[in-house]
Order: sequence, then C-alpha cells, then structure tokens
Amino acid sequence: MRHLLSIADLGADGITEVLELTDAFVEVSARAIPKVPALRGRTVAWLFYEDSTRTRLSFEAAARRLSADTMNFSVGSSSVNKGESLLDTARTIQAMGVDCIVVRHGSAGVPWQLARWLDCSVVNAGDGWHEHPTQALLDCYTLRAHLGSLADRHVVIVGDIVHSRVARSNVAAFTALGATVTLVAPPTLLPAHLDGWPVAVSHDLDAVLPTADVVYLLRMQLERQHEALVPSLREYTATYGLTARRAARLGAEALIMHPGPMNRGVEIAAEVADLPRSVVLEQVSNGVAVRMAVLFLLLGADPPSSAPDPTEATP
Amino acid sequence: MTDLVVRGGALLVDGVERRADVRVVDGVIAEVGADLGGGTVLDAGGCWVLPGFVDLHTHLRQPGREEAETVETGARAAALGGFTAVVAMPNTSPCMDSAGVVREVLELGREAACEVLASAAITVDRAGEALAPMAELAALGVRIFTDDGTGVQDDRLMRRALEYARGLGVTLAQHCEVTSLSEGTCMHEGAWSSRLGLPGQPAEAEELMVMRDIALARLTGGRIHFQHLSTAGSVAMVRAARAAGLPVTAEATTHHLLLTDACVASYDPVFKVHPPLRTDADVAAVRAGLADGTIDAVATDHAPHTTEDKERPFDQAPPGMLGLETALALLLTDVVGEADPAADGPPPVTLARTLDALTARPAAIAGIADRHGGPVAPGRPANLCVVDPAAVWTVDPLRSASRSRNTPYAGRRLTGRVRHTISGGVPVVIDGEARR
Repeated sequence: MRHLLSIADLGADGITEVLELTDAFVEVSARAIPKVPALRGRTVAWLFYEDSTRTRLSFEAAARRLSADTMNFSVGSSSVNKGESLLDTARTIQAMGVDCIVVRHGSAGVPWQLARWLDCSVVNAGDGWHEHPTQALLDCYTLRAHLGSLADRHVVIVGDIVHSRVARSNVAAFTALGATVTLVAPPTLLPAHLDGWPVAVSHDLDAVLPTADVVYLLRMQLERQHEALVPSLREYTATYGLTARRAARLGAEALIMHPGPMNRGVEIAAEVADLPRSVVLEQVSNGVAVRMAVLFLLLGADPPSSAPDPTEATP
Repeated sequence: MTDLVVRGGALLVDGVERRADVRVVDGVIAEVGADLGGGTVLDAGGCWVLPGFVDLHTHLRQPGREEAETVETGARAAALGGFTAVVAMPNTSPCMDSAGVVREVLELGREAACEVLASAAITVDRAGEALAPMAELAALGVRIFTDDGTGVQDDRLMRRALEYARGLGVTLAQHCEVTSLSEGTCMHEGAWSSRLGLPGQPAEAEELMVMRDIALARLTGGRIHFQHLSTAGSVAMVRAARAAGLPVTAEATTHHLLLTDACVASYDPVFKVHPPLRTDADVAAVRAGLADGTIDAVATDHAPHTTEDKERPFDQAPPGMLGLETALALLLTDVVGEADPAADGPPPVTLARTLDALTARPAAIAGIADRHGGPVAPGRPANLCVVDPAAVWTVDPLRSASRSRNTPYAGRRLTGRVRHTISGGVPVVIDGEARR
C-alpha cells in the first residue's frame, strides 16, 4: 500500500488488516511510555488547508508514538497565503525529504492530485465532502471492539449526508464489513443520486431506531439553515435530533456514535451524548491507534503481510 | 495574380467522393475539374477537398489573458484544425461590449491564419443588467451577440434584447444556465457527483433557460442560437421548437458528443467544462440531435487555460478545454457512422451531416455563408481545407499551436487529419504545418 486515499482502495481485506494491526498499537498506547521505534528516521508532514484540531493532533500523536519525525505545514501563516499553488506547495514539502504527506483540503479530490504529482505517500485526512478514510477505520475499530463483528449489524447514519466525507467513507467501510446501513435525513441533506449506494434511505428516524444496533450522528452545521436545506435547526432537532425520548426507543445494546465536534442540543441531546452507550470518546482514543496502524502500513520497513512486531521495545 | 492548384483530391458531394482538382486565382475558386494546371501545386492525393470549417464558439482570450491564448495563436490552432473562420467569444478582459474592444479583436484578426469574427456581449460587462450598444457593434460587423460564460438571467432584459436584435437582423446566442441552480457547482449533478462529493448542477439548470428562451423566441420573433447544448431535455425542447417553426438554432461541442461525467472521477481539472460533462444518455441524445439536424453545428468551445490554472483543485480550477486542433479527427474517429438499415438503435451521424455541421450550417448561423461553408465551386471565395481521412496520429499537447495545453485527449490515437488549409486563397497550413 502506497497511499491511503479512500476506503474503496482498501476493500474489506485491507480494512480488516488495518483493524488487526490496530490491536497491537492499542496495546502500545496503553503502556507507561507509549512509544516504539517503528518509524524512526521517517518524516511525516501535515498539510492541512482546513482547520482541524482533533484530526491533526490525532495523526501527530500517532506519528510520535511511532518515533517518526513530523513537520507541520501550517497553511494559514505560510506561502499559500502569498499565492503559492497547491502543486508548488506540495513539491516544496517533498523536496524537504518527507516520506508521507497527510493532507486535509476543502476541495474533494486534492489527495488524488497530490498522489499523481508526488513520489511520497499521501494520506487523505479529509477532502471536501468526499472521503475521510481514517475516520471510517477508527469507527470500524470502535464498533468491532463492542460488537465483535459488523456482519448483519444495522447502522443508522443520521444527518447531513450530502456534505459529509465521514458518511461517504463510513458507508463504504461499514457495508464492506457486512453491515446494513440506513441513511436518515431530509431529502435536502441526501446526495441527489444514490444509485449504486448499498444503503436504505429513510426520512423517519423514529421508525428505524428500534432495529438499530448503532446510531451514527453527523454534525449539523448552522449554515445549512441559511441555504434553505432545513427551515431551522429547531425543526431539524425536532425531526432528526437524537433526543432523550428517541434514545429511549433504542435497543438495550445499541451504541451511539459521533465523529465530533458535537453540537449538543442540535443533532444530539446533551444527556444522550453522556449516556454509557455513547462511545464518542472511545472513537477519539482509537483514532490514535488506527492512525498508527495506517502510518505503519504505509511507511513501516516490513511489509504488513509478514506479520511485523511493531511493539518491539525501544532499545 | 496568385495561382494555386489543389491536385489529386476528391470533393464530397452529399457524402460521395468525386475526384476533382481545384484551381484558385486571387483568393477565388476559378475552376473545378480534372487535371488542372497552374502555379503552386498542393498535393491532395487520397484526400478530401472540403469547405473550410466554421467554429461558432472560440475563446481567443485576447485582450486580457494573453498567457493562455492570443488571436494569433488561437487562429493558428484553428487553421491547423481545418477552420477558416472562428467566432471569438466576448468574455475577454475587458469584455467585448464596446466598439473599442471589438475593433481591437478584429484588427488583430486581420493578420491571423483564419478569418476572425467578433461576437459581442448582449449586456454591458456581461453583467446581465443593461444592454450593450448593439446597433453600434452590429455596424462593425458583429452578427452574434452572447454573454457566453453566463446566461442572461433576467426575463425582461432577455425579451428586450431579442426584440432589439430583431430590428438589427442579428442573432442572440445563449449560454443556458440558471445561476441560482448552478452557483457553486463544478460538475453535473448525478450519480458521479454524489459519489465524488463534488457539488453538482442539475440538467435542469440548463433546461429551464432553454425552455424560457424558446418561449421568448415565440413571443418576440427574435432569433436565438443555443450554445453548447448538453442535455437530452434541451435537445428534445429544441427539436420541438424547430418543428413548431420557431427561429432557433443550436450547437453542441465535440466534448459533449464524446465525454461523460465519469471522466471527473480522476479529479483532473482538464475534464472541468461549462456546461459540465453529462451522462451517457445525454451524450446519446446530443448525438441523435446532431444526426437529425436539431443540433445544427458542432462547435469547439475551444477554451484555453494555463497549466497553473488547471493544476488547482477541481472545484477551484477554471472550466474549459482546448478543441480546435482535435475536433475533426475526434468526430471522424468516434462519432461518424454510416447508416445500416439492419441495425437497431438510433440513426448514426453520417459523414455528410457531420461535415454540414462544421461548414454550411455554422456559416449560415454566423452570417458568413457568402464566403464560408461551401460549396467548393467556381466563383466562391477560396476558404478550403484538405483532409486525409486515413491519416493516423497521436494527440500531443506539447505540439499544439495553442498557448495552452489543456486537452483531455493527450495520447489519443485518432484517424483523419487536416493536411492543408487555405484561407482567403492563401495556403495557411501546408502538410500539417502552419505557415502563418
């Protein structure tokens, strides 16, 4: 594996491989000194054109626990503001001798453009509305930890699907692992054409909740009401928010997930977010281990198929 | 007196080859017949001798974006593609909405490798708010007015423009796109945009304006030419409007006859065009429209952009692709087919119809049928191209005469190539090399 651009690149086998490797890195993260020398001498650069505190910190923690060197190309205060093109910026970073660029960009497809232009590895940390593969991987890992397997489980994804890279990657990942996925949203927040998507669609959250093993809530952005996509956030919450009353309709074992940051009181009620069945913080901590696995697969000396032992102690 | 003989070629009369030499004297076809002698000889053995092509839709980028194209380089690319006349679109900087800018473009065109016709904007600065001085511009020879790049959004203004244009005997050409449905989008809205996470514009963004303009043509009697139609619905509406006797004509681009929104999956901005690439069903409908003449003309919408501009993220890159040098070969390679009565499916686009759509029909729409578009006959101005239908070649962007490189066909093997082009009696392309 040279790049991680989309979940489709991985397929079911690739996802499983990442998840199995993640187990080892969860163990590393639990140590008193959570650090291994697996990527010593390797350099990973962050190229974040969009603000993202949590994803960037998560990748940074992952790289450091693997002993990789990191460079942060901070777009806000850099040559990009002086009109430097995407291609020039990317080539400049590569010329500094990096092994991997982790990129987030507001425009869909940018990681593909970088992968075409550059020799180093490219990891997609979110491109526009398109994909966010490491988020999907950490969500799969979290679900597997609780459910054992996603096969024949029912995952309900609720909210602003059309603008969500998390939704696109998660639909691909959950269904690849055998889950049944239902998208719940008003038609204005669904992609215009869902032909070929392996999902069911509903506009009635109450009707699907009793059969859900997992309710995955997406962040509802304030701007959507100004684009006439919903009349108001109040009406959105009333029809699609996971209120305490709705959460009570869930099965005893059902889980609640959210990629963060949450809008408490909009897509999720504050008291629901804090229920024991809400695994939001587990998602975050698993994110570091999953990203360690991804970086190791891309940059580790041994090919992943040869069963590496990344947990070997630091000399 | 200059004397030129195109020797050994064949004229195409209703799609049938007829061997003939063509003798040109002082810019005019003097003689068509067997074994003609004369001064300079251009070998046309194995080739078709055709009327030069007319492109109703060319972006020459001058004034304002000379790093992407100039009148000189664009006209040279046109001549290499067999075009002897191009209609320059007015979305230059400054925009071609005044006599000064139109005169500048016409002046630059006088030295060019083909005839450069100026279109002009319908509204001042193409802003859709006030009419440009259409009578003054028509007096300079402008026959096509368009706000290309955008459509005239305001219904009342479009009505007045059509009425006013009728009095001048000029044609309004419309880029049909309702911006309130298309703003912020960068591709066709469909299965691919949904998958790729790119904001899409529905076919209806184009179709609503086609529908409105047909209604306004009925209301005003003004002539409307629909630019770069891209959807099945648009073709169907224009077909019905023509059947009802309304004064509407239409063009389609080479790329809307060939490429679909699936190309965008590469996220390569070379596939970003405006209107966007549509679906297989739309391509089939546009081809059927070309076959039955609903689509009068094939246009290139030659839209040069610098490499830097096309290396931006897909949603930020400017729309447009090159077209002049590849149009004929693409049509001959991938679009033209001959009727097979035994075969099911839609009627093919015949060679005769394809050439008509590159010559006589666009010449009539541009108001230059007196000197372009054929026939190849004594007494006609010598605007000709000589095509080798069997020549096989590979598209190499670095060899383009255009200043830009944004062709989506790089590396494609094509059959059929322009060998010579004669513009106003002067051989501007000889054996595939530009001479002007």
